[in-house]
Amino acid sequence: MKILVTAKRVTDPYTKITLKKDGSGLDLDGVDYKMNPFCEIAVEEALRIAEDADDPEVVVVAIGDEEATKEVRTALAMGGDRGILVEHEEAELDSDLVARILVKLCEEEEPDIVLLGKQAVDGDSNQVGQLLAEYLGWPQATFAYKVDLNDDEDGATVKREVDGGVETVSLSFPAVITTDLRLNEPRYASLPGIMKAKRKPMDVYDLDELDLTDDLKVETVGFSLPAERQAGVLVETVDALMDKLANEAKVI
Amino acid sequence: MSQIIVLAEHEAGTLVKGSLVAVSAAKELAAKVGGTFDIAIAGQGVDSVAAELAGYGAAHIYQIEDATLANYTAQAYAQAFDTAVRHSGAQFVLAAATSRGKDCTPRVAARLKAGQASDIVAINGSAGQLTYTRPMWAGAVLGDVKVNTDITVLTVRTTAFDPAAATGSNSPIEKMASGVDAGSLRMQYVGTDSVKSDRPALSDADVVISGGRGLKAPENFKIIEALADKLEAAIGASRAVVDEGWVPNDWQVGQTGKVVAPNLYIAVGLSGAIQHVSGMKGSKTIVAINKDPEAPIFQIADYGIVADLFEVVPELTDKLSSR
Repeated sequence: MKILVTAKRVTDPYTKITLKKDGSGLDLDGVDYKMNPFCEIAVEEALRIAEDADDPEVVVVAIGDEEATKEVRTALAMGGDRGILVEHEEAELDSDLVARILVKLCEEEEPDIVLLGKQAVDGDSNQVGQLLAEYLGWPQATFAYKVDLNDDEDGATVKREVDGGVETVSLSFPAVITTDLRLNEPRYASLPGIMKAKRKPMDVYDLDELDLTDDLKVETVGFSLPAERQAGVLVETVDALMDKLANEAKVI
Repeated sequence: MSQIIVLAEHEAGTLVKGSLVAVSAAKELAAKVGGTFDIAIAGQGVDSVAAELAGYGAAHIYQIEDATLANYTAQAYAQAFDTAVRHSGAQFVLAAATSRGKDCTPRVAARLKAGQASDIVAINGSAGQLTYTRPMWAGAVLGDVKVNTDITVLTVRTTAFDPAAATGSNSPIEKMASGVDAGSLRMQYVGTDSVKSDRPALSDADVVISGGRGLKAPENFKIIEALADKLEAAIGASRAVVDEGWVPNDWQVGQTGKVVAPNLYIAVGLSGAIQHVSGMKGSKTIVAINKDPEAPIFQIADYGIVADLFEVVPELTDKLSSR
């Protein structure tokens, strides 16, 4: 059982991103970075599947500059077996290029499962897993809530978070699975895990080596700030609130 | 032949309202690029949905019927929609950013070698220079994106446009073969555990009441339910309490859950983290009930009460009953 799992480096989700004063772009000065929370869930799920599987291997992938190796090392410290960094400036990526990179790695690695976060909390596009699955002609289970491997490890039954409830699909491997919030609680890397991760192998590729061009299908050409809501009034009592809702807002 | 095609969605033969939001966006786009729009619907036994869709002013309704489409799977539906898009010759493909739209549409884009802008809230510029506005970083910033491919695929945030109204048209319905390669499908639908509820759907409700960690325990959601009963409201929740397993994920409002824009949104015991606010700041009137006066939710609320929710919410429920 080989699992390829992504570990995207994103801005700290608890930092509110804003624009440079002159509006020319994002103001990322002093912003911390960490692994995309949905990728953390994907890494955890990969490790859990591997624990029970025959001949398991968990390969962690990140795309970015050298800094992105930190997220790969974090995933290796959690228990991943080896890492791959595809070097490319993150500013010059779209979901499609990420998917095309992963297609090349899948052709090379031939994993049974590719696990990804359902979305990255920076771009919020929610596309890569689906694009990858279609490019490969593989089945997919996005927004996974529970993954149960078949006894003979040739497929899985996956419960998915959907509008209105939970949907169950069965799929045969190789397949793409993207993670949702309730799938698991990611573990923290242990100190011995962190020490061991430093010695785990990491391959580095660039786009040329993967025989890829960096053409983008979708480009962000500008940013703006959304209109801010103004703070309203504080009321002291429930009666005062009901009066406002009935007579001012006219919503009850 | 139209410039634009909407990929419509149905749930067990009932048209999904988000699809009418995508129709509205298609009409706005048609006003910029000229021409007409088509609508595609896929399934098995979807005559009535096709007939309903015929009333919204489309040039053609493409009805794709196939045994492989009896239940939704991303693989089969992407192939069917691909067939419809190629048949229509459309250069713009729109779908609602529902869970199914998010699941399926990128696969359609991949098949068409098209770029996709996800979850758009506005269409800007004119033909040849179009850009699309979409929330990024949990809606903290808006990005303007352009699509460089011949075909543009868009998913539309369901609160960003008003659902299209019926025009009284009688668009021709063309039934077509699905083009699905049954042998290529390696996934099956097994079943759905619906969250059974008499309440309105979260995405469509006029009133939404959401609970956060301030409720302290899952059983305390019953005070939210009592208030929701009185106001015929849907119930939402912060990511934190979904993460705790207190309530279903389907209740989650925010960046990684649902986006809602009701007339009245009552936020109970939730702090107003950006991840939550991004999913509800389009609400017409926002009420915050929180005992922490510093909670960021008060910065966006029209009306706030700094008080113990365990007193305020039952009192509000009682007083609404006795009105």
